[in-house]
Amino acid sequence: MLALLKRDLTLATRAGGGFGLAVAFFLILCALVPFGVGPDSEALRPIAPGILWVGALLSSLLSLDRIFALDHEDGSLDLLATAPIPLEGVVAVKALAHWITTGLPLVVAAPVFGLLLHLPGGAVSWLILSLLIGTPALSMLGAFGAGVTVGLRRGGLLLSLLVLPLYIPTLIFGTEVTRRGAEAGDPFTPMLFLGGITAGVLALVPFAAAAALRVNLR
Amino acid sequence: MSLLAVHDLAVARGGLRAVEGVSFTLQGGKALILRGPNGIGKTTLLRCVAGLQPPVAGRIEMAADAVAYAAHADGLKSALTVAENLRFWAQVFGGGDEDRALERMDLAALADRPALALSAGQKRRLGLARLLVSGRPLWVLDEPTVSLDAASVARFADMIRMHLSGGGAALMATHIDLGLDEAQVLDLTPYRATPGRVERPAGFNEAFA
Repeated sequence: MLALLKRDLTLATRAGGGFGLAVAFFLILCALVPFGVGPDSEALRPIAPGILWVGALLSSLLSLDRIFALDHEDGSLDLLATAPIPLEGVVAVKALAHWITTGLPLVVAAPVFGLLLHLPGGAVSWLILSLLIGTPALSMLGAFGAGVTVGLRRGGLLLSLLVLPLYIPTLIFGTEVTRRGAEAGDPFTPMLFLGGITAGVLALVPFAAAAALRVNLR
Repeated sequence: MSLLAVHDLAVARGGLRAVEGVSFTLQGGKALILRGPNGIGKTTLLRCVAGLQPPVAGRIEMAADAVAYAAHADGLKSALTVAENLRFWAQVFGGGDEDRALERMDLAALADRPALALSAGQKRRLGLARLLVSGRPLWVLDEPTVSLDAASVARFADMIRMHLSGGGAALMATHIDLGLDEAQVLDLTPYRATPGRVERPAGFNEAFA
């Protein structure tokens, strides 16, 4: 399984791997909002947590279809299914690799991009923490969507439609943590919900994704 | 004890039965070559044996984690080098001598070349080298000689012979004669399923099939 993680990370950083694409998209999105809303800090400050979270969500969506589609095309997925690793393990490792190459850079970049949106200084640590807790769930749910749509031509759009509704709970509580952090409220309650959602997703979704993959491999 | 025993197997592709009533056993040291016209279900049968899809009837008996499967797609990553590709599969399958496998398939000189720059035949050789590092006793091969030149086919036949003499077995679908004395041939034509019989969708899963 470690070999698989290493391979996926190597592939992501080599030519055509798409590493950094999500962060670049996130940056453009955060830069576009002030153009649309206007540069007034009074207008931007209240919407900053929401924009940052929606941006992170959309950015992580970009590379989801690559999780299994490429391996399906070149036959690796068939071979992995016959390998001594359980398919659930394959799903978990590939979701982890997706998080490391997509989610983690977003977490690191978000506070910087928050400046563009006049995110209050007090909220920065809460933004980082909420993204750190919430983004693994995004990658894992995305792996499920990728498993369901693997093998479909142009499955990327269907994948987005399937996955985005599943992202709603994480979005609600992630934004709430950051918003309450900004207004010096109590961010712990939404934080617990956010952590609970992520824990549940990490525990259950690999089985669902592996089941979907098995059906699609037939 | 046989490595693989298939009893009264029926397989379906796209909801239609392809072949039915197939039975055979495969002992260590033996190879079985499946023959039959295009579309009769050779690939589907091999995928069933490899565990990638369930049979619609019959039983497949074998030890767990016995199969190394190789089909039309070689499972290579074009951004990785030849050696990296092979090392990955060696690690996944729990070790195996990559250097010797590269040597055996005449790929040692290409070890540092990205898989992107390989010809179709070289890719196929790398895909077959993966069998050597898998350490699995039962090789399930679907058209293994596609795009191989005459010398590579002979090399591949040697590799199969070596595997069989080491107690392994091979089940393959191929149209060419490999010159393997140990191989039996099973023609699937008599097992063609009666036409017109549609498998009833078996529940929820079929919606995705």
